[in-house]
Amino acid sequence: MRKLLASAYKEVVLLSRDIGGISILFIMPLVLVVTITLIQDSSFKTINNTKIPILIVDNDKGSVSESIFEGLSSSNSFEIIRIPSEEEAKAAVFKGDYQLAIVIPTTLSEALQKKIDQNVEGILAEFGLEEEEESTPSKENITQKEIRLYFDPAAQITFKSSVKNGIDKMISQIETQSIYRAFQEQMGEEEGTAIFETKSFISFKEIVPTNNNVDVIPNSAQHNVPAWALFAIFFIIVPLSINIVKEKSQGTFVRLRTNPVNYAIVLGGKTLVYVSVCLVQFTLMLLVGVYLFPSIGLPELDVSGRLILLYVVALFAGLAAVGLGLLLGTIAKTQEQSAPFGATFVVILAALGGVWVPVFIMPKFMQLLSNLSPMNWGLNGFYDVFLRNANFMDVLPEISLLLLFFILTTFISIVYNERKNAV
Amino acid sequence: MIEIQQLSKKYKGSENFSVKSLSLKVEDDEIFGLLGPNGAGKTTLISMLSSLLKPTSGTFTINGLNFQDNKNELKQLIGIVPQEYALYPTMTAYENLFYFGSMYGLHGNTLKNLIEEHLETMGLIRFSHKKVQTFSGGMKRRVNLIASILHKPKVLFLDEPTVGVDVQSKNVILDRLRLLNKEGATIIYTSHHLNEAENFCSRVAIIDQGTIIIKGIPTDLILAQENAHSLEDVFLKFTGKALRDHA
Repeated sequence: MRKLLASAYKEVVLLSRDIGGISILFIMPLVLVVTITLIQDSSFKTINNTKIPILIVDNDKGSVSESIFEGLSSSNSFEIIRIPSEEEAKAAVFKGDYQLAIVIPTTLSEALQKKIDQNVEGILAEFGLEEEEESTPSKENITQKEIRLYFDPAAQITFKSSVKNGIDKMISQIETQSIYRAFQEQMGEEEGTAIFETKSFISFKEIVPTNNNVDVIPNSAQHNVPAWALFAIFFIIVPLSINIVKEKSQGTFVRLRTNPVNYAIVLGGKTLVYVSVCLVQFTLMLLVGVYLFPSIGLPELDVSGRLILLYVVALFAGLAAVGLGLLLGTIAKTQEQSAPFGATFVVILAALGGVWVPVFIMPKFMQLLSNLSPMNWGLNGFYDVFLRNANFMDVLPEISLLLLFFILTTFISIVYNERKNAV
Repeated sequence: MIEIQQLSKKYKGSENFSVKSLSLKVEDDEIFGLLGPNGAGKTTLISMLSSLLKPTSGTFTINGLNFQDNKNELKQLIGIVPQEYALYPTMTAYENLFYFGSMYGLHGNTLKNLIEEHLETMGLIRFSHKKVQTFSGGMKRRVNLIASILHKPKVLFLDEPTVGVDVQSKNVILDRLRLLNKEGATIIYTSHHLNEAENFCSRVAIIDQGTIIIKGIPTDLILAQENAHSLEDVFLKFTGKALRDHA
C-alpha cells in the first residue's frame, strides 16, 4: 500500500511540475466544450432565427408557384429572392453565392389542375355521377412536371434532405387541396361552401421523459458537455502514455525494474492520479456548463438530481481511458509513437462512439464497430443520465463494460511488460 | 557470493555473443572490477546480473538466490547504479530518493533520516530540495548512487559510476563505496578508468569479446606482466591497441 501511495505521490509531483502540461489538460477541454457548444448552438439559432437567402425562378406564375412561395416565406427559414433566369440561378448557386435555387416549371399550376380534374372526373364517372349533358372528353396526355432544385455543392446533406422533404410536403398539400377543390366543383357545390375539411386530421406530439413530473427537454449543453467531456477524458491517454515512455527514455524505468516493486503497483499509482485528473476535468466541464454557459448566452447545463450518477459514469470512463493510456505507454517505445497514435486513436474512438455523428445514422457495419468503442459506452452512460432520466441500474451495463475494458487493458499491459522484461 | 556459470548472451539479430560462456566467482566483501574496451560485454554482464536482461544460456546465483525463484528477495538484496542518470529530472533530489527508497519498502522517519544522512555524506544536503535537472553531472551521479544504496544492499552493481564527473565528485563517490564495502557490501563495478580501478578494486577481470581474458589482484596482474607498470599496460597487452568502434 505504501509503495502504491508513494507511486501516486510521485505522479502528483511530476504533474505539478509540468504547469504547461497540466494547463493543457484542464484548459483545452474547457475551450473545446465552449467552442463546440457555441458553434452548435449558433447553428441551431441560425436555422430558427436567421433567414437563409434562396433563389426562386418562377416560370409558372400560377397558383402552385404562389403556394410554394407562401409556404417557403411562412417557414421563416428562407429569404426568397425571385430571379428570372434558371441559368443565372444555377451559376450563382454553383458558385456558392446561394445555398439553394428552386426552379418552378412553366404551366405547372395549369397542368396540375388538368391532371386532377381528369382524375376526379374519371372517378366520378366510375360511380355514374358525371353530368349527362356533357360528353366525356377524350383523355388528354399531360406531361409530368419537375421542380428543379440546385444546391451549393458545399451544402450539408442534412440541409438538402430537410429542404427536399419540406418542398415534397408542400407539393402534397397543394395536390390534396386541389383534389378536394376539384371534387367540390364537380359535385356542383359553390366555392364558398366547404364540404371537405382540408385541415390535417392526424397530428403528432413529442412525449419526453420526465423528472419529478417535469419534462426533461434536452438542449445543446446537455448534448455537448457529456460528449466533449468524454472526449477530453479519453485524451488523457496522450499525456499518460508520454509519461510512461519518458520513464523508459530517461532511465527511471530501468531503475524501477531492478526495484522490488510489481509493475501493477507502478501502474496503480498512475491510475489513481490520472483518474483523479479525469474527474477534475469533468468537474470543470460541469462548472462551465452550469455557470459559464448561461452568462455567455448558451443554455444552462442542468445537473440537478443527477450529479452522483454523472460522477459514477465519469469515474468508469476515466478508468477505461487510463487503461488505454497504460497499454499504449507500455507498448510504445518512443514519444513519437505514443503521442500521434494516442491522439489519432482518440479521434477514431470518438467518431465510432458517436461523439460527432449519432450512431443510429451510421452504416450498419460502423454501428457494429461502434459497440466496441469505450467512448460509445461512456456516451450512452452520460446520455442515459442526462437525457433519459436513468438510474444506477440503467447505467450498470455501460459502466460494467468500461470497467472490464480497464481491467483488460491493464492486464495486457502487465503481461506484456512481464514477458518483455522476463529474466 | 556471486557464482556465474557458463553465462552467455546473444542479442536478437546479432551474429556474435556479447557475453560468451562466462564463469566467475566473486566472494563476499570484494570490490570487483570488470574492465574492458567498448563493446566487451561489461554492461551486458551487469544487466544480466541485475535482472535487466535475460541470459541466452547459463546460470548465476547471488548469495545462493536466483531471479527465477527468488525475484523480489534478490531485488531487495542488490542495488544497481545504472550508467545513465536514472532520476526524475523535474523532481528534487529528496523527492527522487524518497520515491526510490519507498520502492524498497523504506518509509517514515527511517527513510527521511537515511536520505538526509546520505545527502550529507555526499555533500548534497544543501541541494536536497533543488530539482535534479539543475544539478551538475557530478551531483547527479551522487544522487544516482544514493538512490541505489538507501536500502543497504548486500551486493552493489555499478556501471561506470564515475564517468563524466570531476575529481572531487569521483573521490566522494569512491569513498562512499569503500565505506559501503567495509560495512559488508560486495561491489561489482565497470569502468574505463584503469587507474581508478587499480586503486579501488580488490580484484579485477579484463573482459574482451564477451569472455574473461585475465583476472586477479591488480598488483599481481601488473607484476606478472613483463614491462607492465600499471593496469593500463596490462589492459593494452591483452586487448591490443586497435580501435573498438561498433555501430
